Amino acid sequence: MGQTLAEKIIARAAGRKSVKPGEIVTCNVDLAMIHDASGPRRVKPHLERLGVNVWDNERVVVIADHYTPVADASTAAILKLTREWIAEQGIARFHDGEGICHVLLVEKGYLRPGMFVVGGDSHSPTGGAIGCFIFGVGATDMAGILATGETWIRVPETMRIEWTGRLGRGVVAKDIMLHLCGTLGMGGGEYQVMQFSGSAIESLVMDERMTLCNMTAELTAQTGLIVPDKITEAYLEKFGVDVAEAAAWQPDADARYSATHVFDASQLAPQVAAPHSPANAAPVGEFSNDRIDQAYIGACTGSKLEDLHMAAELLSGRTIAKGVRLLVAPASKATTIRATHDGTLATLIDAGATLIATGCAACAGFGQGVLADGETCISSTSRNFQGRMGSPQAQVYLGSPYTVAAAAVTGRICDPREFLTQGSA
Amino acid sequence: MSAQGGRAWVFGNDISTDSLAPGPYLRHPLDELAMQCLKSVDPAFAVDVKPGDFVVGGNNFGIGSSREQAAQSLHHLGVSAVIAQSFAGIFFRNAFNFGLLCLICPDTSQIKAGHTLAIDQQAGDISNLTTGVVITSEAVPTHLMDLVRDGGLIPHLEKRFSASAPGS
Repeated sequence: MGQTLAEKIIARAAGRKSVKPGEIVTCNVDLAMIHDASGPRRVKPHLERLGVNVWDNERVVVIADHYTPVADASTAAILKLTREWIAEQGIARFHDGEGICHVLLVEKGYLRPGMFVVGGDSHSPTGGAIGCFIFGVGATDMAGILATGETWIRVPETMRIEWTGRLGRGVVAKDIMLHLCGTLGMGGGEYQVMQFSGSAIESLVMDERMTLCNMTAELTAQTGLIVPDKITEAYLEKFGVDVAEAAAWQPDADARYSATHVFDASQLAPQVAAPHSPANAAPVGEFSNDRIDQAYIGACTGSKLEDLHMAAELLSGRTIAKGVRLLVAPASKATTIRATHDGTLATLIDAGATLIATGCAACAGFGQGVLADGETCISSTSRNFQGRMGSPQAQVYLGSPYTVAAAAVTGRICDPREFLTQGSA
Repeated sequence: MSAQGGRAWVFGNDISTDSLAPGPYLRHPLDELAMQCLKSVDPAFAVDVKPGDFVVGGNNFGIGSSREQAAQSLHHLGVSAVIAQSFAGIFFRNAFNFGLLCLICPDTSQIKAGHTLAIDQQAGDISNLTTGVVITSEAVPTHLMDLVRDGGLIPHLEKRFSASAPGS
């Protein structure tokens, strides 16, 4: 019996020839990522109690993104502790306000196909777009990993999510994921690996692939994964990666999958998820009279360069509706720089957008952009659980950057395709 | 079998970490954060829950973020176990890391709010003292029962490190 890509990676990390789904194995961790909210301030006391430092300071990445830039003295203290701790531990891979952790891991070239990686955050599966096995853990789990360099895992099954055909104009990776949340339900990932494939996936750029893997967290998957292909190779080439070695991480032809779900991309309409669950997703037309107060483009899910390009394409030459605020928090500094030089930010600001700092911000209920009782927001972020983005009495809808931008223009939820010219995507 | 039972607090499917530990309170001391636990679903829960009580969920308990305060708040309030049909992976790990037992039961629908439950950790049996029905949960892997016995991952590692220290 052959092995899936995830099984091969886990077997390698466990020092085994092969593993089977359901087995519990102990794996050596190739890389551990922590951020300011669940990182140093949580793990430091545990490591001190155990009397140890991080097991290998070259295998640890620390990213300050949740509380940056700080809003008050107590968050300033968290950031100060973070900076002091990385100095104490001699951790060189520290990024302070440079971007959202999941985006930076990919953007900085820290991830490689075949790696076994843990992140101290639920959206860690984002990095599966590179072809590594990466999943999220809590802070105590992470403290154990930092102390020992290893962790346990129950080998998950792998399900294939195949999208055939081609996505229509104005329909993007976010719509794919909202549709999966709506059809499979929030438990649809069944603690398995969701491996994306099919012609509609093969043509997606890395930013879009990251959106796919990112939102497997909303489906309770163990992680998301995309088998390395030409697009992966082209992306990794700039980091001096041995492309042939990276591309060798492939599933066996006779690997066993728990299921294969097949969808026709050409039939997919833009999707919107109603409050308070990503599983409340349906075609945008079902919500077309719902008014909004705020449109939010942000987070690891929805403000990478490709996401900002979508919003700018729709907003070019238009202005947002009176009484509506559009907030844009780019996913990283590199995104901001590129969006500045290619004119994207100018287009957004001309349309009436307010640019806020790079970071997790309102998506995680921190910082700028949180909502009051009774306010309604449409957001390009990943989850709309009650109380996540400020008041529990606020209503949050989810949509793609195209759909969020279209709502900002009209002041109500509407089909973004009405604003996009037909032709080249 | 535990000497006396605890009250069942019953919740539905997809109980999220935002309900268990709301983002705006994450920076607050644990005492204050725990008082927000499940407030958006049942405002009485954090106020009235007693040590030894049980939290019962449907499918996918603990969906959402990796914030371990979701499990920590329940542990802090004295909840003796979470019983659900399925758990979100990260929450499941986090709970055991605090020594909080999670039991997977194929069907929790017969447990109603206010029922008195008692569990036999060894056998995995859940006795409903109100109805007299006993249901069996999935066996908890040995290495996770070790965490429950040791009071969580860190005390467990402490034991392991001191056992492997030179001269010991």
